Amino acid sequence: MRMVNGLIDWVDARLPVVNSYKKHMSEYYAPKNFNFWYYFGVLSMVVLVNQLLTGIWLTMFYSPSQGFESVEFIMRDVQWGWLIRYMHAVGASAFFAVVYLHMFRGLLYGSYKPPRELVWIFGMLIYVALMAEGFLGYVLPWGNMSYWGAQVIISLAGAIPFDILPFIDAKDAKEIGDALTTWVRGDYLLSTATVNKFFALHVVAIPLVLVALVFLHILALHEVGSNNPDGVEIKQNKDENGIPRDGIPFHPYYTVKDLPGVIIFLIIFAVVVFFFPTGGGYLIEKPNFVPADPLKTPDHIAPVWYYGPYYAMLRATTIDWFGMSSKAWGLIAMGGGIVVLFLLPWLDRHPVKSIRYKGWLSKLLLLVFAADFVMLGYLGTQPASGLAKTLAQIGTVYYFAFFFIGLPLAHRFEKAKPVPERVTGGH
Amino acid sequence: MRKLVAVMLFSCLPVMSFAAGGGNNEYVVDAPVNLQDKVSLQNGAKLFVNYCMGCHSMEYLRYGRMAEDLGIPDDLVLENLNFTSDKIGDPMENGMAEEDGKQWFGVTPPDLTLAARHRSADWVYSYLISFYEDEERPFGYNNHVFPNVGMPHVMAGMQQELSEEEFKSNMGDIANFMTYAAEPMAPTRERIGVYVLVFLGILLIPAYLLKKEYWKDVH
Repeated sequence: MRMVNGLIDWVDARLPVVNSYKKHMSEYYAPKNFNFWYYFGVLSMVVLVNQLLTGIWLTMFYSPSQGFESVEFIMRDVQWGWLIRYMHAVGASAFFAVVYLHMFRGLLYGSYKPPRELVWIFGMLIYVALMAEGFLGYVLPWGNMSYWGAQVIISLAGAIPFDILPFIDAKDAKEIGDALTTWVRGDYLLSTATVNKFFALHVVAIPLVLVALVFLHILALHEVGSNNPDGVEIKQNKDENGIPRDGIPFHPYYTVKDLPGVIIFLIIFAVVVFFFPTGGGYLIEKPNFVPADPLKTPDHIAPVWYYGPYYAMLRATTIDWFGMSSKAWGLIAMGGGIVVLFLLPWLDRHPVKSIRYKGWLSKLLLLVFAADFVMLGYLGTQPASGLAKTLAQIGTVYYFAFFFIGLPLAHRFEKAKPVPERVTGGH
Repeated sequence: MRKLVAVMLFSCLPVMSFAAGGGNNEYVVDAPVNLQDKVSLQNGAKLFVNYCMGCHSMEYLRYGRMAEDLGIPDDLVLENLNFTSDKIGDPMENGMAEEDGKQWFGVTPPDLTLAARHRSADWVYSYLISFYEDEERPFGYNNHVFPNVGMPHVMAGMQQELSEEEFKSNMGDIANFMTYAAEPMAPTRERIGVYVLVFLGILLIPAYLLKKEYWKDVH
């Protein structure tokens, strides 16, 4: 025991081990009133680890020059390969599911409001990196939906309206777009060159960025402290030892509280992995069981569900407007839909953080927004027929109206409830 | 072999067929899939190698894997279910060159390892029982599920010899076998899944009690 203590002292004199442990675990005071919505942060971490580990093992057997064949090889000839592959494929969807719920928690309780703007910004950067990671990974199995999905997304690079710049005419803009798509593909058409490039980005570049961003996200959070369902700043009410009266040490209280939450998540995850690994075509799409084929377009090219809302916005624009094509407007709607989330801390002008103490209008707007996001997500995966298109257009308008009109102005039309001094309701 | 010759002769006629297409329609009915039924799977394997594998390969399934999963001894597989010089560890491919297939049928007969996952077991079964006589088509048959399909009705002889019930049962066995081939680990997956869920369920109890114990003094 003395030797162990000696070793710890030796290391600690050279590296802030004990300090960091205290700062981030045993003396990180989290509000005691976390509810259901506060599980999704730790669950994102669990899924991230799952993706990294299963991803490393898949890399040992996958070959970008034989994408489709090597995935079937993993499924059939690699010991437990099927399990690793399903955990990775289902894990991708699970990642987005928990991240969306985690983000919605932020919306509910105003977790992005001062002093947590940077926590939110880092979180948004994680989300964007995750979308890139998901897309790149989706192409790797090189099934027919991988191929055609990549075709659609990469062609977007060619739809950037460079001709809005005064010194570029339409013909030059098209040439720039074509050059750009060729550069992204690494070839004149989607090919092994593209898969090789995407493989490098998927397994090295983006994961590095992701892990670094997760580190910053948590570092920034621990600097300012966690928000809570009441939106009360627990640091404003400390006891004589300087410990927040409503705070409890993250370890052991939240580590033991997160544990059953993680196990319940794993149960749901295992049900999908072992009994519904393709998720009825929503997690692994049927056309992806045939190899990529440039001559056979699938009847309906749909993105995976987690891109649904933005894909619906992309397709919602139908008119050329102010000298730009409807496709360019679609691109702006899709990009804008993501950019606007970064601005959230400054768009929300409500004096109250938590939805609990906001008025009826804020509650109604947020509820409709949640329904709208789910609706757009569903529409994004469906063919754009008459009614679906109209609904997607209404949904897109509401999406932006929520951010640019609802959040900045709602507090003027409602009476907020008084926010308590201390957090309510224990755990 | 005789079928192959017949097919080659017919292919001299101008062939106009559609590669894609064949979505779900009212002719698609439920397939009698039961992966525990070894007799059905074995019969399906036998019919598949005899009737389908002249043109369609199963390149992601190995003879040995099939022998083990379906409970057929290796030597019987090599004697009865393998018409090439393949060894037991080889994938189930056939001798037909892709270019030949394309010339004979208008489209290369696709590999069928994953057909039951790409389409569905129901689709495969319904397709197999939905051929009907149609003089307009080069091979004399058309299909309700996959209109104007390029494939000839290779089971026409069998359909004439057997009763409708027996024929459908045979086609069900092929669909069953193809479902197995598309995901050979499916029964293992579900069996292990049960153990995993039982383990997690048990693990949840002490984890929950631990939480309760620690949180007793949080008010």
